[in-house]
Amino acid sequence: MSVQEALPLGGLATGQPGDFRADHVLVANMVKPGSKVLDVGCGEGDLLQLLETRGVDGRGIELSREGVNRCVAKGLAVVQGDADTDLVNYPDDAFDYVILSQTLQATRQPKVVLENLLRIGRRAIVSFPNFGFWKMRLQLLIGGHMPRTENLPASWYDTANIHFCTIKDFVELCDAIDVKMERAEALDLYGRPLRLRMPWWVWNLFGEQGVFLLTRGGRT
Amino acid sequence: MVGVQSIPSPAITADERSHEVDHPSSHVAQFGSEQPLRLDCGVDLSPFQIAYQTYGELNADRSNAILICHALTGDQHVANVHPVTGKPGWWETLVGPGRPLDPNEYFIICSNVIGGCMGSTGPASINPATGKVWGLDFPVITIPDMVRAQAMLIDRLGIDTLFAVVGGSMGGMQVLQWTAAYPSRVFSALAIACSTRHSAQNIAFHELGRQAVMADPDWHHGGYADRGIHPHRGLAVARMAAHITYLSDAALHRKFGRRMQDRELPTFSFDADFQVESYLRYQGSSFVERFDANSYLYLTRAMDYFDIAADHGGVLAKAFAGIQTRFCVVSFTSDWLFPTSESRALVHALNASSARVSFAEIETDRGHDAFLLDVPEFLDISRAFLQSAGKARGLTANNA
Repeated sequence: MSVQEALPLGGLATGQPGDFRADHVLVANMVKPGSKVLDVGCGEGDLLQLLETRGVDGRGIELSREGVNRCVAKGLAVVQGDADTDLVNYPDDAFDYVILSQTLQATRQPKVVLENLLRIGRRAIVSFPNFGFWKMRLQLLIGGHMPRTENLPASWYDTANIHFCTIKDFVELCDAIDVKMERAEALDLYGRPLRLRMPWWVWNLFGEQGVFLLTRGGRT
Repeated sequence: MVGVQSIPSPAITADERSHEVDHPSSHVAQFGSEQPLRLDCGVDLSPFQIAYQTYGELNADRSNAILICHALTGDQHVANVHPVTGKPGWWETLVGPGRPLDPNEYFIICSNVIGGCMGSTGPASINPATGKVWGLDFPVITIPDMVRAQAMLIDRLGIDTLFAVVGGSMGGMQVLQWTAAYPSRVFSALAIACSTRHSAQNIAFHELGRQAVMADPDWHHGGYADRGIHPHRGLAVARMAAHITYLSDAALHRKFGRRMQDRELPTFSFDADFQVESYLRYQGSSFVERFDANSYLYLTRAMDYFDIAADHGGVLAKAFAGIQTRFCVVSFTSDWLFPTSESRALVHALNASSARVSFAEIETDRGHDAFLLDVPEFLDISRAFLQSAGKARGLTANNA
C-alpha cells in the first residue's frame, strides 16, 4: 500500500518552497548531500524529489502501481515492490541510507524489515506515527474505541496499518536487535519538532510521530 | 460434404518479397570480408549487410542517438510506411513528432536484425558462395549475434555511446543484451515486456510454430525459394498460434466474444463462422506477405537460446555488475508471454548490481501486444524516463 493510503498527512504542509511535508524535511536534513539513498514505500516520490534537490542519488520502492507510475513519470528511479518481501533481494551495504517513512506500521514483519534496512544501508531513517500520543490514548481510555486521527482516519477494520507502536515500543525494539539511535526527533500534531531536551515520556505522550536516524550497534 | 475454407494465398509474390530481402528500400550498411560477423555458433558470417532506417538528426556531440530494437516479426520500418504492406510503421504510437521518441529531439535508428528478411542478411538472402538463397545453410544466430551486428552498424554510423536502447519483446531481449555486452555504450535502456531468458512455455510455443512451418509440404526442407514457392500455410498457422499468445483472453473476448462473421447461424462446416476465426486467418495470411518462413525459424530459435544469466555463470546480477546505465523496465498485467514476474526477476538483479532502475507494471487487458498499442500510461512513462535521462545526459530539446 502506498504511504498516502496508509497515512494521509494532509495536515502537515509546511509552507516551505515546494510545500514539502514537515517530516520529509526533517528526514532530508538527516541525509548527507551526495549520498545514495533507498526510500522504501516512497509513495509518489515527494521525499525523493526533495532529496534530489540536495544532490542525493535516490532510489525508491513502492507497492502501489499508481505511485510507481507517478514516480517514473517524474524521472525517479522507483521500482514496484513490497518492503516485506523484496528487501531480501538487495545486497548488503548497497546504500548509505535506507528510509522507511510512515510505512513501518503497514509492514507484516516490522522487526525483519528494520533488520533488512540496516543490512542494506549503513544507516536507516525510520519515521512512524506514535500510538502513545496523548490523543490516541485518550480515545481508547475515554472513548473506548480504536483511535482515529486526522492523519490516521481509517477505521480498525479497513486500515492498512497493522503494526502500530509507540515511540517507547520502537526504542525497545531497537535495543532488542542492537540498533543504535544516532538521532531521534518527535514531531507534534502540527509537524513541529519537540524540544530536544525533553525526557522520553514526554516524547511518547506529545509526539504525534517519531523520526529516528539509526545505525548498526556494536554487538556481534 | 463439409465446407472447408483454407488460408488464402498471399497477394504478394515471392519475387516481390525477395526484392526487399536483398535490395531493401531503406539504408544498407555493407560489411565486407575484412569485417566478418563472428557468430556464437562459431561461424564467421561474411560478407553481410544490415538494413536500417533513421529518423531525425545526430547532434554535434553525437549524444542523442536512440537505437530501437524490433520484436520477432518487426523490421526497420518503425515509423514510416512499410514498403511491402503499405501500412504505417509498427511503432508509430511511440515514435514520431510529439511522441515519446521524437525525431525532432533524437536521432533514431532502427535496423533489421541479422537473420531477418527485410534487407539484413538472413536465410532468405542470397549466399554469395553459391549464388542461391541461403535457406537452411544459413548459420544459426542468437540474440547476442544480432546485437554484435547492431554494434558494428553503430560503429559505422560513428556513434560511440547510444543515448538509449529501446525495445519490446525480442527487442527488449536485445536491449538487455546491449547493456550486458556493451554497458559503457548504453546511457539508458528501456526494456519492455521482455525477459532475460526465454521460458519453457515460450520455447514450447515457438516449437509449435516451427513445426507448423516444417509440416507444410511447400517447405521442402527449407529449399522452397529455389522452387519459387513459399510455405505460406504453415507460416500462417505459426503466426495464428503466436498471435493468440500476444493477446489475452479478456482482449479477445472484448473484441470478438462468440460473435459470428457475416451470418446468424452456424454453417455446420469448418468455415470461419466466428469473427475470431476470420481475424486469425487474416492475421496469418497478411503476415506471410511480408515474412519469410525460414527467417521465422531462425529468429524464434534465437529467442529460445537467449539466457543472459547462463552466459554469466548462472548469476543474473553478474551480467550487470557495476553498470552505470539507467534502466526502465515495463511490464503489462495481462501479458502471459512475458509476465511481470520475469521483469521483477530482472529488476531484482539490477538492484543487486546497484543499477539505477525504474520498474512499472502497466494495468491493461491487452496482453503482450500492449507495448505496440496506444496505452497512454506506458507512453507517458517512456517519455518521462527518456526526458529525465536526457536531462542527465545534458540533452536539450531540438538539439539547441
